[in-house]
Amino acid sequence: MHNRLTKLIFSFFTLLIISSNAAAEYSLNMTRGVTPISRDIYDLHMTIFWICVVIAVLVFSVMIYAIIFHRKSLGCVPAKFHENTTVEIIWTIVPVFILIGMAWPATKVLIDMEDNSKSDMTIKITGYMWKWHYDYLGQEVRFESNLATPMEQINGREPKGKNYLLEVDNPLVLPINKKIRFITTANDVIHAWWVPALGIKKDAVPGFANEAWAIINKPGIYRGQCAELCGARHGFMPIVVIAKSEFEYEKWLKNQKKK
Amino acid sequence: MSEEHHHGPKKGITRWLFTTNHKDIGTMYLWLSFIMFLFAGSMAMGIRMELFQPGKSLFEPNFFNQLTTLHGLIMVFGAVMPAFVGLANWQIPLMIGAPDMALPRMNNWSFWILPVAFSILASTLFMEGGGPNFGWTFYAPLSTTAPTTPSSTDFFIFSVHLMGMSSIMGSLNIIVTIFNLRAPGMTYMQMPIFVWTWFITAFLLVAVMPVLAGCVTMMLADRHLGTSFFSAAGGGDPILFQHVFWFFGHPEVYIIILPAFGVMSEIIPTFSRKKIFGYHSMVYATAAIAILSFTVWAHHMFTTGMPVIGEIYFMFATMLIAVPTGVKVFNWTATMWKGAMSFEAPMLFAIAFLIMFSIGGFSGLMLAIVPADFQYHDTYFVVAHFHYVMVPGAIFGAIAAVYYWLPKWSGKMYSEFLSKLHFWLSFISLNLVFFPMHFLGLAGMPRRIPDYALQFADFNMICSISAFVFGLSQIFFLFILLKTIYSGKEVREKKTWDGAEGLEWTVATPAPYHTFSTPPKVVPLH
Repeated sequence: MHNRLTKLIFSFFTLLIISSNAAAEYSLNMTRGVTPISRDIYDLHMTIFWICVVIAVLVFSVMIYAIIFHRKSLGCVPAKFHENTTVEIIWTIVPVFILIGMAWPATKVLIDMEDNSKSDMTIKITGYMWKWHYDYLGQEVRFESNLATPMEQINGREPKGKNYLLEVDNPLVLPINKKIRFITTANDVIHAWWVPALGIKKDAVPGFANEAWAIINKPGIYRGQCAELCGARHGFMPIVVIAKSEFEYEKWLKNQKKK
Repeated sequence: MSEEHHHGPKKGITRWLFTTNHKDIGTMYLWLSFIMFLFAGSMAMGIRMELFQPGKSLFEPNFFNQLTTLHGLIMVFGAVMPAFVGLANWQIPLMIGAPDMALPRMNNWSFWILPVAFSILASTLFMEGGGPNFGWTFYAPLSTTAPTTPSSTDFFIFSVHLMGMSSIMGSLNIIVTIFNLRAPGMTYMQMPIFVWTWFITAFLLVAVMPVLAGCVTMMLADRHLGTSFFSAAGGGDPILFQHVFWFFGHPEVYIIILPAFGVMSEIIPTFSRKKIFGYHSMVYATAAIAILSFTVWAHHMFTTGMPVIGEIYFMFATMLIAVPTGVKVFNWTATMWKGAMSFEAPMLFAIAFLIMFSIGGFSGLMLAIVPADFQYHDTYFVVAHFHYVMVPGAIFGAIAAVYYWLPKWSGKMYSEFLSKLHFWLSFISLNLVFFPMHFLGLAGMPRRIPDYALQFADFNMICSISAFVFGLSQIFFLFILLKTIYSGKEVREKKTWDGAEGLEWTVATPAPYHTFSTPPKVVPLH
């Protein structure tokens, strides 16, 4: 490193790289999540992303080269060509093959995602203006889940907590390593149930039932939000999923049934 | 021999109220679009002020929803579309050697409906219950169910009907003009690409504006006539709304961008001093994009619970549009390649379009991948995508066109220094506004929320500050335009730009009130 400028640039990029690996504070990318589908989605996302980066670098390099070297001010005389059928056919057909290469893995993941059969349990989720209702079908356990962040935090009269706008009074508790089927519907307008860590986003449509599934591989707390504009408090109806070991889940369920 | 009746335009307000002159009407469309752009832009400034920090700052959530709704509606219907119609009015007759549009009186009506439509829409903000608050996409049942849906919704519906009528009449005019009034020798395959893109866009408009009209009429019926088109309780389906809306909505976004593509195909050859590469492919690619645009609408609906076979079809069809779009980007690049480029303001905006629109296209391709879309849908990732194609896409296309043709329209040259300043301020600030939105979406921030969790705070602050800079830069653009028109350097050359080709560069500068009263001699260019 010869001079101050080089040192500065080097430390800047080091900082950038380090910080992107740091906590979710500066999250730049999608989560890998904790289900097989969320991981498949993440891998697809990264694959498509890198293909786009490569194509962008190739195409933009040609543009930038032309901008730098094919200038009138450098005394360039413009070429006379304005067509080339061979080249045009090539750059029509090659993208089709690239797209097929992308569509193949995407279709596989999609078919897997939409296979809701052979589930171990079913949760019915109903969207309301502005909260969620959870119903453990067949278990006689059901409850409402409301935003728990106090108005004082929203209005700025109290400092905001760590899970500001992402906390609820009654979270959805689920067991890990079981195939869970989610049925979504709504009571009034269209909402959408979205938990990024589970790789699930499904509209909750009044009068209709949609399906999704997940197998949660890791215990933990996973937060999401309503993902369809549903009125004034659309931003204030979050989702909290707590995934427990099978043993802990059974304990929790027994407790719920007593209530 | 009849006497040529030489007179200038009438003086005063009646000139503008009753004009049937394509240049006057083009000017009015352009000024209307700029005023609407600033109005919708101030809605955006309100949005970014609220989102500057977490917590409730200035606005109730219901009013915030009105801001986002009106920002979208007015930008799409009041700013971008009228701007390109204004360009069509000014340029199509000049470019095909016609004395005016084929239906000049209908042209006047097409314009004057719009101030009425937008006054009605803007007035809803002041009605009891407030203005529309359900997003520019106004999904049912959020938009059809009392009491949460404001009563001003019926005025919103009326306003949409009026705008639709204006668009349909304008498009019919464009089609009939291009069919019938091309000068002898101006065959279809000799028309400038800008004329081609508007020709194709006009067919798209005529096809889909009636669908939008049907959509809002079904809404009106559900609201007041006891029908249940969109209500499951009455035997209908909320998702029907989305199918009908997006069958309009997807071609609509191509309606927005195709004329901007046309502008690129005029500006890039001029400043590269080289003919457009692959003229024929550019025409075919534009037609392919237009036809394909009818076949992909449900890619806005992947999370609604579509059968998997539908998801697969719409994924493939959506990805396919990348092919003709790619052809156009490659052809523009090949036009620049081995040209002799100079970088006046129109070219700066055009090059920025080429790169930034492509970035928007890449995020669009990512969105097409259904499993991944389940994480992107209704997040700021989508907001980033469409703002990249709308702002450095459509808006830069319109700005580039204005800088490019303003000398011909007005006989005044804008200040190259000020316009470059406008460019760099706009370009840098818009990237700082919209690029971080990709990260916000990936990190999990949903759309259309007035307040957000703490991990989204830093990027939101960057977006907001940059948005204020971008907004101020457009006020600066207004200043540049007024300065040019009132005290700009006078230019009299017919060909403002040495690399320009086309009939508009054969008339005097500024363009006389009546041009091509006798048809010109057309020199084949392609």
